[in-house]
Amino acid sequence: MTENHHDVTKTFPRYSATFDEFAISQIQRAAATGIYDIRGGGTKRKLPHFDDLLFLGASMSRYPLEGYRERCGTDVVLGTRFAKKPIHLKTPVTIAGMSFGALSAQAKEALGRGASAVGTSTTTGDGGMTPEERGHSSTLVYQYLPSRYGMNPDDLRKADAIEIVVGQGAKPGGGGMLLGQKISARVAKMRDLPEGIDQRSACRHPDWTGPDDLEIKIEEIREITNWEKPIYVKVGASRPYYDISLAVKSGADVVVLDGMQGGTAATQEVFIEHVGLPILAAIRPAVQALQDLGMHRKVQLIVSGGIRTGADVAKALALGADAVAIGTAALIALGDQSPDLAAEYAKLGAKPGTYDDWQDGRDPAGITTQDPELAKRLDPILGGRRIANYLSVMTMEAQTIARACGKSHLHNLEPEDLVALNMEAAAMTQLPLAGTNWYPGKAGF
Amino acid sequence: MSGARNTRIFDLSTSTLRELNSTLQQEGAEGAWEIHNPAGRHSLAVGLTQPVSITIDGHAGYYAAGMNQRANVVINGNAGQGVAENMMSGSVHVKGNASSSAGATAHGGLLVIDGDAGARCGISMKGVDIVVRGSVGHMSAFMGQSGNLVVCGDAGEALGDSLYETRIFVRGTVKSLGADCEEKDMTSEDRQILTDLLAKGGITDIKADEFRRYGSARKLYHFRVDNASAY
Repeated sequence: MTENHHDVTKTFPRYSATFDEFAISQIQRAAATGIYDIRGGGTKRKLPHFDDLLFLGASMSRYPLEGYRERCGTDVVLGTRFAKKPIHLKTPVTIAGMSFGALSAQAKEALGRGASAVGTSTTTGDGGMTPEERGHSSTLVYQYLPSRYGMNPDDLRKADAIEIVVGQGAKPGGGGMLLGQKISARVAKMRDLPEGIDQRSACRHPDWTGPDDLEIKIEEIREITNWEKPIYVKVGASRPYYDISLAVKSGADVVVLDGMQGGTAATQEVFIEHVGLPILAAIRPAVQALQDLGMHRKVQLIVSGGIRTGADVAKALALGADAVAIGTAALIALGDQSPDLAAEYAKLGAKPGTYDDWQDGRDPAGITTQDPELAKRLDPILGGRRIANYLSVMTMEAQTIARACGKSHLHNLEPEDLVALNMEAAAMTQLPLAGTNWYPGKAGF
Repeated sequence: MSGARNTRIFDLSTSTLRELNSTLQQEGAEGAWEIHNPAGRHSLAVGLTQPVSITIDGHAGYYAAGMNQRANVVINGNAGQGVAENMMSGSVHVKGNASSSAGATAHGGLLVIDGDAGARCGISMKGVDIVVRGSVGHMSAFMGQSGNLVVCGDAGEALGDSLYETRIFVRGTVKSLGADCEEKDMTSEDRQILTDLLAKGGITDIKADEFRRYGSARKLYHFRVDNASAY
């Protein structure tokens, strides 16, 4: 024991779990600027996800299919309920809605090229349809958003399907904010707004207030488009059982469910991280709603929000989805967040993989920008090739897993093929905990 | 009721809405039409692309003349929610009252309402001209981006909330202005625009000098914490 208090042995310095480095930086930033943090991308903290599930490949009690020999179908038909012209896709992996404005014209073109090459669809976003996008997308879904920026009946008729956006996974209940830095003359003209100002997108549709109105709205859109095109209704995951039920009641051909790991061009950090449900928690109640209505597989379900690999695709389909959509992953596939651009990200105060450049329009990859010089960096043909490669890999990966489960089509995957790695995932998905036949809420053996 | 000479009649008591709209939407559609027995049906005469003249002889439900392009539509009755929503060009004239969200998000053309309009008249309007002989409800021209809203009567609460570049002219009282909406001086350009719109709306007994003009203060065009209380 020492007598001099200066020599007392100190404990090792430790950061607070509550006031960790990021929390401290948030407080300091808020105090210095007086503005809440707005950023792009999706949630960054760890959430329950598809990684918390595992497939049970075949051994004795199940009979697998031969990889590279036996066929495993991947096609999907969307919009079989009312539309005269349902959409036939070769792969159930689609490109989610992202706006021209948030993305450069080259990026939109590249997405169209890549999706078309593998026989799947791409989707417009908040800001209207560009000729580049329509011209290079064999199947294009036209988003009908609360802002109605660039919305016109000519483009409505040019679309192959129409997606009525009610909510978005990154911000269910929230509108958008495209910062003035990205409002070029072209973007401003398409949106009927002055150049350079922050553009607020409404959080609710201006001419309907609920599912009864939406039903009438859908009738109007069908009347304008000759009842040909599938009508999708997209909701952010928050109350999936009720939202999906009401979307079906409103007359949707297809429902799109977007989990909170989904990305956005820009919104408040606290919104991205604290509002909504992980997609893992949302699929089961959505499928349950469709089953309770007798509409599972009749109204198709597309899920999105953090889909990265063919394993994620296969898990989503096994849980009952008909297709998935990718957004953030598609941008990364295009070349965003590349380590090759580390020096340029550093100049922006960012690092590859942190996604923090998406809202301010200085993307060195030329993807999330309206700066013509930066946008030129993205070759739409090469970008299209990268997207096609990525979509093909995801599809093949999903097929590999499906064959191992003895399935001759991706849609034959089922909950029985899955187990949960932990209690949370078991409870959310109503799948058994790995190694047991039990899940929370179910009686034991 | 018989139509005027060369006017064709579409009777909704014997034909369907689909038959009506598909007929009027045909590429070669032309001339004048009367729609009889509308009975408040929704989605009447929507998605028109040709310069036809349509008279709806009675009340219309939601979204009448929605997304109109080039056609001139007259509703001899009241109109439900979202009349002329997202109109691109042409004109829609409601002889009675209109429900909420009249002219919502409309990009062009002229919407005239002889009676009153409900809440959110001209919400998110993007270039349309709207002339209301009566009054409008609350939140009218909310997020109005461009175009002109003329109100000969009174305006409800939060007029022009979060306004962009829409011009608003009100003859009567305004219950309250919304965020970033302020009264502006009536310039000679404003007076000329208003005079022309009154004439287009068939309003000859009211003069432009009787109106006040409102527009965006443009303080919220870029987010600043000092303006947070306005949101």
